[in-house]
Formats: sequence, C-alpha cells, structure tokens
Amino acid sequence: MSNTEWPLWEVFIRSKQGLDHKHAGSLHAADAQMAIENARDVYTRRMEGVSIWVVESKYIHASNPTEAGELYDPANDKAYRHPTFYNLPDEVKHM
Amino acid sequence: MEKDFSEIFQSKIDEELKIEPKDWMPEKYRQTLIRQISQHAHSEIVGMLPEGNWISRAPSLRRKAILLAKVQDEAGHGLYLYSAAETLGITRDEMYEQLHSGKAKYSSIFNYPTLSWADIGAIGWLVDGAAIMNQVPLCRSSYGPYARAMVRICKEESFHQRQGFEILLTLSKGTEAQKRMAQDAINRWWWPSVMMFGPKDDESPNTIQSMQWKIKRFTNDELRQKFIDVCAEQVKVLGLALPDPDLKWNEERKHYDFGKINWEEFWQVVQGNGPCNKQRLEARKKAWEEGAWVREAAVAYAEKRKQKESLHAA
Repeated sequence: MSNTEWPLWEVFIRSKQGLDHKHAGSLHAADAQMAIENARDVYTRRMEGVSIWVVESKYIHASNPTEAGELYDPANDKAYRHPTFYNLPDEVKHM
Repeated sequence: MEKDFSEIFQSKIDEELKIEPKDWMPEKYRQTLIRQISQHAHSEIVGMLPEGNWISRAPSLRRKAILLAKVQDEAGHGLYLYSAAETLGITRDEMYEQLHSGKAKYSSIFNYPTLSWADIGAIGWLVDGAAIMNQVPLCRSSYGPYARAMVRICKEESFHQRQGFEILLTLSKGTEAQKRMAQDAINRWWWPSVMMFGPKDDESPNTIQSMQWKIKRFTNDELRQKFIDVCAEQVKVLGLALPDPDLKWNEERKHYDFGKINWEEFWQVVQGNGPCNKQRLEARKKAWEEGAWVREAAVAYAEKRKQKESLHAA
C-alpha cells in the first residue's frame, strides 16, 4: 500500500504580479503537473495567486536550527551595516 | 542534556516563539500534536459527508454553488492539516490507516445525520460556529505549521458560518412549515454542538499540559461558555429558540447559565455508537479502497513520462 504514496511537494505562490513567490504549504502529487493542478485547488481557491512553483520536498535543503547561533554569528556584531548606526546632525536633509 | 533541551524548549514557548519541525521537542509534545492535528484533519474530511448529502438537493443554484464551495473548503482544510501533521514525522498513509482502523478519532458531531435542508443551516451556524470558537485561539498555537494552517482555515471558515445563519434566517422568515423545519434542525444540532468542546475541565486530564505547551489556549468549559453566550443572543435574531429550558442570563456571572449536558450520549458517540459512525467510516474506507487504482495509475503514468523524458534527453 505505502509504496504508492505520492511524493510530497512544497508549494510557492506569487500572490500578485511584482511580488515574490512565498511558501504556501505542501501537498502530495504523482508528478509536477499534478502538483501544480492540486496546488491551484488547495491553495488558490480565492484568487490567492497568479503563479505557482512546486518543488519535490526531498530537494529542499535546510539549515540546521541547532546551529543557528554559529551560522548567524558573523552578522551579529555589525550594527554599522544599518543606516541608524550613524549619527548625523539634524541639518542634514534628504539622507 | 535532555534537561537543557527541554528547558530551552519551554522557555521558547513562554516567550511566544514558535516551534518549527526541525527544532527539538519533547516526544510527548510531538505525539500530542500528531493526535490533535490528525484528528482535526480527519474531522474536516469526514465532515464533508453529512453536507455532501445535500449538494444535489440544495433548493437553488445559488445554494448549491455555495454548498459545493464550502465542502471543497473542508477538503482543503483537511489537506492543510494533514500536511502540518506530516511535518511531525507521520506519513499520510499512516494517518489514513489510523482513521480507517478506528484508532484515530474525528469530531463526534459528524456522526449525526442531516435530515432536512435546514440542517445545512444549523451546521453552518452552530457546528462551524463552535469550530471557529475552538480554532481562532489555535492560530496562536506554539507549533508553527499548525498555527499557519489554522490562520488560513479561520479566514475561510467565517463564510461557512455566515452562509449557515443566512439559510436559517431565510427559513425563519418563510412559511410556518419552513420555520418549524429550522427550529427542528436547531433542536437536534444544539446539544451535540455544545458537546463539541469536549469533556468538562475536571474530566479533561491533558488540558494542563496542553495549556503549558500552548497547543491549547482556553479550557473546554471556557470556550463552551463563550459559544453559548454568543448563540443565546444570535438565536433571538432568528426569532427561534435554543432547546434548553434552563438557559438564562446570569447577571452576577455575566454569562448565560445552561442546562445539564448529556455526557452519556457524548461518550456513546465517541465510542462508536452514534447514529452514523458506521456509515461515515464505511464511506471513507470505500473511497480509499475504490480510489486505489487511481493512485496506482497516476504513479505508473508519472513513471512512464519520466522515462520518456530521459529518452528524449539522451
């Protein structure tokens, strides 16, 4: 029975022209075409999308949450990458 | 080490941070969520059956289109929830197997029959109303995938309740017979809806742990009271009555008092002795078994197409 279980797909939807695709959820389908058709029925019943991407879940590689500390550490002490780091006199306009 | 993990876990929850699939979690948290989410998914799927009963007999094209859309939403909700449960390490087929074998439960409310068109109104108003009461706090569940699925579900669910109320409102302004039909549906669906919130707090042993883990935000009795308070007012708009002679505003408590709940009936239905338990499960099993060839054919077709493509590429 279980050997006919359709693979799992992740669904990404562009809600409106000009915006990026955003993860909407996942579903099972036998192939990519069926995944797109199912995604339309499952995730866009109320005009939530103008474009759909699907990718088989097994091809997604994710960072490891237990390593989050080390992974993001390099950016942690670089406040000077943000504009608010710089103190400028109030007379300076349009900057 | 385990202790460190569990302390970090609980402190994340206390800070209202979400737990995501790859984060460490206690085994009991995982199992409780699998049970809760899959039971919820099964309820959405089984819940299509009593309403599906009236699609072909809806009184107008407008009502038929609405009911079709609603039942399709329930299918979608089931799918969002199955996906959320799968992130916890159970497969879709395992969940179906648990439903079909009777190991997994679904909401007992769907073991009651839909005898008249007014039942579709009562289900929307009362059953979906109670479900929404339960589900809105779940949008803040500590488990990310479940919370996100619930946000989507709650957004879609509110039309379900409104269309149900509208059906009853229309009937309540109709002929005497239509009015009686609406009242009869409310009479039959009221108490089972009140029971949807589950056993009383002192008989719900998992509540404390679930509240600590924030996979439950209010107790069964709190939500039940809220539901009764809301419905007691809404029914006045219909010019109909809730079938509870003890229903009375309590000025001191600022809540409605209500009559005794028949818990014996509740447990009977949970244990499989409701009016439609057998019929519902059999319909699900039949759909699964008779759909086997479709699942196999789709896999075979996908396989064949993949081979053809690789031939072209070569």
